[in-house]
Amino acid sequence: MTLQEIVAQLNLTCLTKPRDFSAVEIRNGYASDLLSCVMAGARHHGVWVTLQSHSNIVAVAALLELSAVIITENSRPEQETIDKADEEGVNLFLTDKPTFWVVGKLWEMGVRDS
Amino acid sequence: MVKDGDDGLMEERQISDTRLQVERSITDETIGQITRVEELFYELKIADSMTRDPKVVTPEVPMRAVLELFRQTRISGAPVVDQSVLVGIISIEDLIRALVQGDLDVPLKHYMTSKVITVQAQSPVIEALKTFAQTRVGRLPVLDENGQLVGIITKGDITRGVLKALQREIQLEELKRYRASHLFEDIVSDRTSLVLRYYIKPRDFAHGGQASHHIKRALLRLGASPQVARRCGIAAYEAEMNLIIHTTNGGVIRVGIEPTDILIETFDDGPGIPDIQLAMTPGYSTAPEEVREMGFGAGMGLKNIERCADSMQLESTPGKGTHLTVRIYLHPPKESLQEHK
Repeated sequence: MTLQEIVAQLNLTCLTKPRDFSAVEIRNGYASDLLSCVMAGARHHGVWVTLQSHSNIVAVAALLELSAVIITENSRPEQETIDKADEEGVNLFLTDKPTFWVVGKLWEMGVRDS
Repeated sequence: MVKDGDDGLMEERQISDTRLQVERSITDETIGQITRVEELFYELKIADSMTRDPKVVTPEVPMRAVLELFRQTRISGAPVVDQSVLVGIISIEDLIRALVQGDLDVPLKHYMTSKVITVQAQSPVIEALKTFAQTRVGRLPVLDENGQLVGIITKGDITRGVLKALQREIQLEELKRYRASHLFEDIVSDRTSLVLRYYIKPRDFAHGGQASHHIKRALLRLGASPQVARRCGIAAYEAEMNLIIHTTNGGVIRVGIEPTDILIETFDDGPGIPDIQLAMTPGYSTAPEEVREMGFGAGMGLKNIERCADSMQLESTPGKGTHLTVRIYLHPPKESLQEHK
């Protein structure tokens, strides 16, 4: 499953600089709003679904080398956070859907490793 | 150079081959490189990878002269310019049509394509790539901001431009890494170590994670394995966030890098932890509500540190402060942290 397919199927808004997501393969994901749980549970190159939008999500995503962060329920991060993500090479996406819906869709698409 | 069509085709095939490999086995390194190539498509200017001052022809030149030009210079297309204005483009396909008609003595303006698709010199090369994909043309004349022809670009030019840029970056990074990783080798002492210090302010959530990010990057530069760097990064992150969330006056992270292990320590002057056993219990947290709302204070921080560490020590005196010591050996990596189950 490529990140590009996920972005298209879930109709995600890319907040950071657009890149060619067709070469980014996503096989696993993690969903939580508790950062330490993400630190413990998320695997690198995976997708992280969260409602959190403050700047620390960028630090977490960069440290874990996550391929994408999907921020749910239109919880739009501040521009500073987006700039920081661009600097760190972290891909941030936004959707108006809740986390439950996003995870359901990802599961349906075959992103099932945790 | 505007070489013949085969050249472009072959390069295209090579690019898709690379993609295939990526899908087959993805390593940290290939992902990093592929992403960098894509970034370069956005960063490199068309002006940086185009062929400057291309061979141009005028509309009245006979097709026979075009044939000679293509044969001698081994190019397969040329912009047509009339009094320094771009009026068309003539390609090997046009020449073949003229040859078939036995029409080599007519002016080339009868065979040229006059609706020329162009790109801007200051645009990123991704714009040229998009145009290639949409139009299926093999070469694009490049115009400056005044509409003057300044060059010509093919897919081959882009591939070469990106490769050159990558090469430059790799050399720079290698040099940096070489200097760093040879730091210890070149210095003779009975015991060599490098100490990094980071001062962390209380409640500075805006910079939370920055110190740990710098620590991780420094370790990678020094030649630590990605796994070790990751474990140090995670442990340092949790320690850093603890200083931000819980301390009265902030604290210091001290990273001691030695040839065999990395020692991460934090020092603060309060408030201290009354019951360390309780603090180590997963899920236990004293973080205030507004901090929890940001997703901190899950009560997992110390557990995460322990999980990443080869050894961990926590000493605290209420009212005095806390001293955390985390040791991570450079080799072999700790078995208990399995990232790829």
